Amino acid sequence: MPSEAAVIEAVPAAPPKSRRWETRRNIGDKVYKWILTVAAVSVLLIIAGTIYELTMGSRQSIAAFGLRFFSDSNWDPGRHLFGALPFILGTLYSSFWALVLALPIGLFTAIFLSEMAPRWLERPVSFMVELLAAIPSVVYGLWGLFVLQPFLVKYFEGPIANGPLAALPIFGGTANGYDMLSASVILAIMVLPYITAVSRDILRAIPRTVREASYALGATSWETIKGVVLPYARAGIIGAVMLGFGRALGETMAVTMVIGNAPIFKTDLFSSGYTLASVIANELAEASGLYRSALIEIGLCLFLITLVVNAAAKLLIYYTAQDLNATGGKK
Amino acid sequence: MRTFSKTLGCAVLALAAMASRASSQDLTGAGSTFVNPIMTKWIYDYRQATGISINYQAVGSGAGISNLIDGTIDFAGSDAPMTAEQKGRAKGDVIHLPDVIGPVAISYNIPGIGTGLGFSGPILADIFLGKIKYWDDPQIVARNPGKNLPHEQIFVVHRSDGSGTTAIFTDYLSKVSPEWKSKVGSATTVSWPTGLGGKGSAGVAAILQQHPFSIGYVEFAYVEENKIPYAAMDDGTGNYVYPSAESAMQAAQSSTIAEDLCTMITAAPKGYPISGMSWLIVYKKSLKAPELRKFLKYVLTTGQKDTKALWYASIPPEIVSRELKLIDSIE
Amino acid sequence: MAGVAASATIVAVTALVFVLLYILIGGIGSMNFSIFTQGPVPMGQEGGGLRNAIIGTLILISIACVIGLPIGILGGVYQLETNTTFSRTLRFFTDVMNSIPSIVMGIFAYLIVVLPAAEISPGHAFSAFAGGVALGFLMIPTVMRTTEEILRLVPVALRDASLALGASQWRTTLSVILPSARGGIITGILLALARIAGETAPLLFTAFGNLDFNVRLDRPIDALPLNIFNYATSPYENLHHLALAGAIILLAIILVLSIAARWALKGQLQD
Repeated sequence: MPSEAAVIEAVPAAPPKSRRWETRRNIGDKVYKWILTVAAVSVLLIIAGTIYELTMGSRQSIAAFGLRFFSDSNWDPGRHLFGALPFILGTLYSSFWALVLALPIGLFTAIFLSEMAPRWLERPVSFMVELLAAIPSVVYGLWGLFVLQPFLVKYFEGPIANGPLAALPIFGGTANGYDMLSASVILAIMVLPYITAVSRDILRAIPRTVREASYALGATSWETIKGVVLPYARAGIIGAVMLGFGRALGETMAVTMVIGNAPIFKTDLFSSGYTLASVIANELAEASGLYRSALIEIGLCLFLITLVVNAAAKLLIYYTAQDLNATGGKK
Repeated sequence: MRTFSKTLGCAVLALAAMASRASSQDLTGAGSTFVNPIMTKWIYDYRQATGISINYQAVGSGAGISNLIDGTIDFAGSDAPMTAEQKGRAKGDVIHLPDVIGPVAISYNIPGIGTGLGFSGPILADIFLGKIKYWDDPQIVARNPGKNLPHEQIFVVHRSDGSGTTAIFTDYLSKVSPEWKSKVGSATTVSWPTGLGGKGSAGVAAILQQHPFSIGYVEFAYVEENKIPYAAMDDGTGNYVYPSAESAMQAAQSSTIAEDLCTMITAAPKGYPISGMSWLIVYKKSLKAPELRKFLKYVLTTGQKDTKALWYASIPPEIVSRELKLIDSIE
Repeated sequence: MAGVAASATIVAVTALVFVLLYILIGGIGSMNFSIFTQGPVPMGQEGGGLRNAIIGTLILISIACVIGLPIGILGGVYQLETNTTFSRTLRFFTDVMNSIPSIVMGIFAYLIVVLPAAEISPGHAFSAFAGGVALGFLMIPTVMRTTEEILRLVPVALRDASLALGASQWRTTLSVILPSARGGIITGILLALARIAGETAPLLFTAFGNLDFNVRLDRPIDALPLNIFNYATSPYENLHHLALAGAIILLAIILVLSIAARWALKGQLQD
């Protein structure tokens, strides 16, 4: 165990004790260390176990379809044909629009909180935005069904579908609310707190001297933010966005409740779609055989995509923070 | 990792053994959610009458059949008969016993138009294929003179989860439309050419109820209880038939039921054409033969009186007598 | 441009207010006493309540605690005690685990509990235990990270004093470090509970839901989030009200847990 050395190191030179006492103490500490290690290792076991079990569970489907699974858009359990393409595209597309909506709002809110807001306002607003992250997905789904869908249909989808904009390739489909648009709006609200909180922390970590240098050159406060602060924090903000993207990809309930659950991918925002997580939520409990295996492969696919996106996000945020710490933070 | 799962499995088993006082006399079943309401009533009444408890888990027809094949349950409830391939994997000969009949209603939501639009099978297939797109399509108008059908897009709703209802509906469409048969086919889940999916009959009924210009298929109970308008179907001879317990039973009576009782009674010469039977599937050789015989007989005699209150149709007497003979052959 | 930033903030806050106000008004309007005393009624009938679901959620959370807390807390202590390449790697993997979508954790529980259970024991598949396993695994990263971070706040002098008095490593942890960090650890636990209380996706194919009242761990069990999902997507007006009432109960549970967590942390920091 590599931990051995560290633990021993941490124990200061104790005064000599009777031999018997020493032994008992060592046994106690050994057991203690052993228990701790087991707990720590079980985290790795769970992650490894997830990958292993998902891979084993998808074996049948991988053997049957191979790589075609990811390029085939036919999802037809009745004929034992399974292609995950509509779900992959649906997941990426809904998350993409969620970011398009959430990024400007989240970033500007972060700028407001870190650069402009007085302290008495900053704290409660930060708290409220973070509170958005505490609301469970299923409650967002309920709100989406009862409030957001009727609202979007009446004030946005209806007017556009009956107007000249309907000719655009993103505004086709039936204006009924069970669509990509509803899903993206809900996802945007759900990832907003992550983007805001991380961007705010990154902006705060930017050294005061950087801003002062800019002011000294005669820049206005907005020019400073735009020309100096934001470029400085760029990598970290990209990390924040990717973190939000990772969240959006794995969101299940709220999306399942409003997206329409149709395994056909269209770029129309008013068309029903499906996501990786939603198809598992809807179909896994009743599936068996190859069908179950295909759904588990979809789970594996979702897991790997979120893993890559999150790891990249974490690294970007981590290195930006390291860089900034090295030069000294604002506060 | 296998050992890990086995250990956990054993933990569950131990819990089960600890908690359950279930004697070996008790029966376990699993499967169809469609029959769950009436199954719950049968089990309750049967326990009151005989003191024997029966454990039925509504896990879906597919999962019920898988459990039966694995031999983990005594009987499966399914809305679709076992396929030849499934029978091949089973541990012995199985028998299919129809326990209830149910009509599947074609339901729609067009403001100002109540129950009673008339459809033919081919028109329905074209709507679900996405070929008929508007409510005022000449084919629909020709069938419904005097009805003020709007120029609005038809919005198709289907099930997103695997379902016996879907099996019955798609079996019907396959019989009336060659194009449907070749492009989509029939199964508990199919690759829908158009429309959006709702989870469970309740989910589909909810979407129908809340969104104008929609059309979908649900078990008759849901449209009756929710007062959603439903269609009359052309039975193939130009007669329009409404879904009801009587018309579904008529469909069963007018169909030629095969020796193994595995016949789909859709598109029957008489009666409501989108009707289906649900089956209890058991092994011909069972360790619990006496208990099984007794319960199955209860279901087909006393139990049939409960059907109507729960919006099912009872099994016609001539089929019941064939079933009772089959039940006697269980050993 | 300052205006743009301020407007963005207003939009963000408005979103929260919209969601919360709707649930609050709708939920309180749908609230009545029988919600806590009655179980579900067959779809379409009047009445019915969330009793089974509330009890089910409490049972699921308890199972999750039994599984998640020991691993989480001990893992956090491990992180404190060691500083090696392995422990840094472990920290990264804890982050990874935190970002696994909850539905994937549900599939894992489905594969290691539900399917083997169905294989071993006839008629058993979905179970409260399986749901608890999924939720328990989801708790671990949060508990582990907060435990570690809070334990780091315990002054090194305190620990050195204990060791200098001849206490062994485990004694020091058990009697000195953990008690003095109690508030912080409770914070971690409460935050983790707030996170899993509303989880729905992993329960769909583990706990599954149950129309009958059930407290047995080897049987499917109902849960509050599952009811909210089923009722919100159902066509019945009275079930929509139950869904709203369920949502407000769920939010209340989460709010109480979060406030208690802050309060516990405050007590900790003042010590």
